[in-house]
Amino acid sequence: MTGTTGSPLGAPAERREGRQKLTGAARYAAEYTLPGRAQAWPVPAAVAHGRVRAVDTSAALALPGVLAVLTPFDAPRLAEPEDRTLAVLQNPHVPHRGWCVALAVADTLETARAAARAVRVTYDTSPHDAGPVDGHPGGYDPEEAGGQPGRVEHGDPDAAFASAEVRVDVVYRVPPLHNHPMEPHASTAHWDGDRLTVYTSSQGGTAVRSVLAQLFRLPEERITVVAEHVGGGFGSKGTPRPDVVLAALAARHTGRPVTLAYPRRDLPAVVGHRAPTVQRLRLGARPDGRLTAVLHEVTTQTSRVREFVEYAGVVSRVMYATPNLRSTHHVVPLDVPSPSWMRAPGEAPGMYALESALDELADALGLDPVELRVRNEPEREPASGKPFSSRHVVECLREGARRFGWAGRDPRPGVRREGPLLLGTGVAAATYPVQTAPSTATAEARPDGTFVVRLNAADIGTGARTVLAQIAADALGVPLDRVRTEVGHTDLPPAPLAGGSMGTASWGWAVHEACARLAAHPEQGPVVRADTTGTADADSPYARHAFGAHFAEVAVDTVTGEIRVRRLLGIFAAGRILNARTARSQFTGAMIMGLGMALTEHSTLDRAFGDFPESDLASYHVPVHADVPAVEADWIDEHDPHLNPMGSKGIGEIGIVGTAAALGNAVHHATGIRFRELPLTPDRILAGLLSEG
Amino acid sequence: MTGFGYLRPGSVQEAVEAYAAHPGARYLAGGTNLVDLLKLGVERPALLIDIGRLPLDGVEELPDGSLRVGATVRNSDLAADPRVRERWPALSQALLAGASAQLRNAATTGGNLLQRTRCPYFQDLGKPCNKREPGSGCGAREGVHRDHAVLGHSELCIATNPSDMAVALAALDAQVELYGTDGARRLPVADFHRLPGEHPERDTWIRPGELITGVLLPAATAGVPSAYRKARDRASYAFALASVAVVLRVADGVVDQVGVAFGGLAHRPWRARHTELALLGAPATPAAFEGAVDLELAHAEPLRDNAYKVFLAHNLALDVLNRLAPAPAPA
Repeated sequence: MTGTTGSPLGAPAERREGRQKLTGAARYAAEYTLPGRAQAWPVPAAVAHGRVRAVDTSAALALPGVLAVLTPFDAPRLAEPEDRTLAVLQNPHVPHRGWCVALAVADTLETARAAARAVRVTYDTSPHDAGPVDGHPGGYDPEEAGGQPGRVEHGDPDAAFASAEVRVDVVYRVPPLHNHPMEPHASTAHWDGDRLTVYTSSQGGTAVRSVLAQLFRLPEERITVVAEHVGGGFGSKGTPRPDVVLAALAARHTGRPVTLAYPRRDLPAVVGHRAPTVQRLRLGARPDGRLTAVLHEVTTQTSRVREFVEYAGVVSRVMYATPNLRSTHHVVPLDVPSPSWMRAPGEAPGMYALESALDELADALGLDPVELRVRNEPEREPASGKPFSSRHVVECLREGARRFGWAGRDPRPGVRREGPLLLGTGVAAATYPVQTAPSTATAEARPDGTFVVRLNAADIGTGARTVLAQIAADALGVPLDRVRTEVGHTDLPPAPLAGGSMGTASWGWAVHEACARLAAHPEQGPVVRADTTGTADADSPYARHAFGAHFAEVAVDTVTGEIRVRRLLGIFAAGRILNARTARSQFTGAMIMGLGMALTEHSTLDRAFGDFPESDLASYHVPVHADVPAVEADWIDEHDPHLNPMGSKGIGEIGIVGTAAALGNAVHHATGIRFRELPLTPDRILAGLLSEG
Repeated sequence: MTGFGYLRPGSVQEAVEAYAAHPGARYLAGGTNLVDLLKLGVERPALLIDIGRLPLDGVEELPDGSLRVGATVRNSDLAADPRVRERWPALSQALLAGASAQLRNAATTGGNLLQRTRCPYFQDLGKPCNKREPGSGCGAREGVHRDHAVLGHSELCIATNPSDMAVALAALDAQVELYGTDGARRLPVADFHRLPGEHPERDTWIRPGELITGVLLPAATAGVPSAYRKARDRASYAFALASVAVVLRVADGVVDQVGVAFGGLAHRPWRARHTELALLGAPATPAAFEGAVDLELAHAEPLRDNAYKVFLAHNLALDVLNRLAPAPAPA
């Protein structure tokens, strides 16, 4: 499971910035203490829909140390952004509760906060609509969902389902979920004449620069974006968020460097979330388990500020062979905060529903759920008809089953007791697409025999610096310690974001190309530049996806309804694994996030107020150590020549895909009850046990 | 910024005098809740009187077999005290079921008793809350209230008391020792917290300026079997959906002494007096336990989304009662 002997690729190299992070030396966006730096604090809208009538700033401005209060009436004007969540303080309209309606700027954080509280905002309130989406008349079928068609249909799914010998017709629900990275969304902005520098917590500084250039009507070369260390993002920092725009506005308005670290409790309404989904799954099958119809119909919601469609239905276009397929999306715009990307958007909720429904089908058929999946293995990608570049989901299932001890599993639900506990095991498959974007990079040969690789990649905690050095050392044919990586700065060659599990593949491709050329043609040095435009983004004749399988064992307490996970095993086929240590961390981290999705995490859309009351880490329940059992992740060797020069697939997200289904299926195996709404909290479990009781 | 004074008194007397002399004063001990509320703007004291260094951090055995716990004894220290673990195990278990290790290291006995509700509407200045701002309304009643009260709530407030420790203390017949300008007094922990009624802004019966100086664990419950059990949304660092503390002594198959208190169900630790009355002198059987517990929970008035708490509390209480009851002697 490590790379070729002698090659730095695949080696479990330690994270290069680990010591800096451990000792506190690593600087994050809010920690750039520029001379004269001021602090900002937002004022969130206290109504769910309406207009700001007036902002009385007099009491705030009277506080010693307050520099300014920006309001929708006097903040500097921006060009109209494509992402309208960034049109902050540009007009008095309030699209949802929590929307920023003023920004206090002061000498200190405490003063800025006190000033924000002293701002008096009056509103003209309008009625708001916060759902529910079920049967809502305001919905529509979007053209696109996650960059793919909103609707895909093959054959005659209705007829095929109606005439199927075995049928499953179920509805699964996933609640709103929040990314909540450890580091909040934070930016420090500084103007020097008409030059803007921002230090920001972002998954992609290149896009931050281009968006700021457009908003502030500046040429890109006058903007510098630094994102050296980023304390997690999980998608919520994939595009510029309001913090960076507000910090830049405040810095321009006050003439001082300004830091805005968005307060944790205001994040849920402002930086995005996984939109809730209601997914109807209809599966028709022959008695031997072969699927004859798959209908996956998703209803979700978005805000009225921008359309974001949680594309949960796309997984059914990839996973199983069926002659009759329907995968559709329906979205309802509401007066609620805007959803956005959250780790494996589409795939994570979609595979929860599909893989749970498949387990129900296995039950209905009396067939082992591993075997059912094997029997429906497609030869080509069902929706596109393309051959797979590689697909080893069956191998993942078989290897996982072997290691987990699946063989001989008693399929009967609700029969394994240990005192008050009910025990069960479950399985689910995983998939995530291979995506790549063009990138540039340079490789420099230094006189001392070392090399420097430069590109504006983002290391959001994944170990990007480290793995890029490994890719470079491999292409250069030199030991790892002779390569240095510089990332996280727009002075470096442009590179795409860390998102869509495509960072390493996209950046690595350019790094590999630059280094390989430098090694082959040292005379072109000392600096060689590569640009993968046209190659990294070329259409492939292949359907390219990573796959995996999760196995879970749970104990359900019949006294309290509490579920404890005993074991979680994930086996993945994701091309070549480039760093065994950081890859394992990505897989297990995502599996733990999937555990949270299954059991503990949820935001509640408060229909009365139009926002989410879970606004801190005490009430939004990510799993704590005590929730996390023996989590094991491993992979099978996969050689795929149709990817990038490293032969790798993205690994940042697939670990969360399918985890919740494996756990939910295990809960059914334990209790004999199908719980079809996440998370599986004690209230739901206990109610289920009682009604079955 | 909104400033506040800071004072570190040299004695309890000095502390209460300072409080009396400064309208808007608050006592500060571990600060694990108060400092959060300061940041949120829910608490805006004019003066913080830091009692953290007063000599209130001792645990002392009294001649009658009771244990006097100082107000600033840390939750982690109290949970680990061998006397508590041995004689009042429900208290140790409750403390360890609360918060996180870091918080328990900072939080104090007195502070734990005075912590405020974690109702999200109480914490959000942008929403109505009769507890934070009397007369503004209750956001939770029509909003999100899965975690809220099922017993003893009022039209004005459905908040719950978040403490685990207080639930065990209530069941154990512990007393709160108070000191104010009018002198010292004691209150049973079970009667220390109020129901919301018309005045949800008042959490307890403490008088303005009174300082908790300690908690007394009585000899009467020392060594009596006791236990605490809590159900929550994750395995650690989550408030109780429901919890129960039980003190139970059975002699010759008959309940001889009993204390039952629920957490997570009400504005205060809910001492289950109906259950206790029914059980005292009754046979210690599962059927008797169930009947007695249901007598109490029959008073529950669940809200739209929290009826589960009633059967959760039922299950928890029966589990702990049955566990504490000695197995019937073989025939």
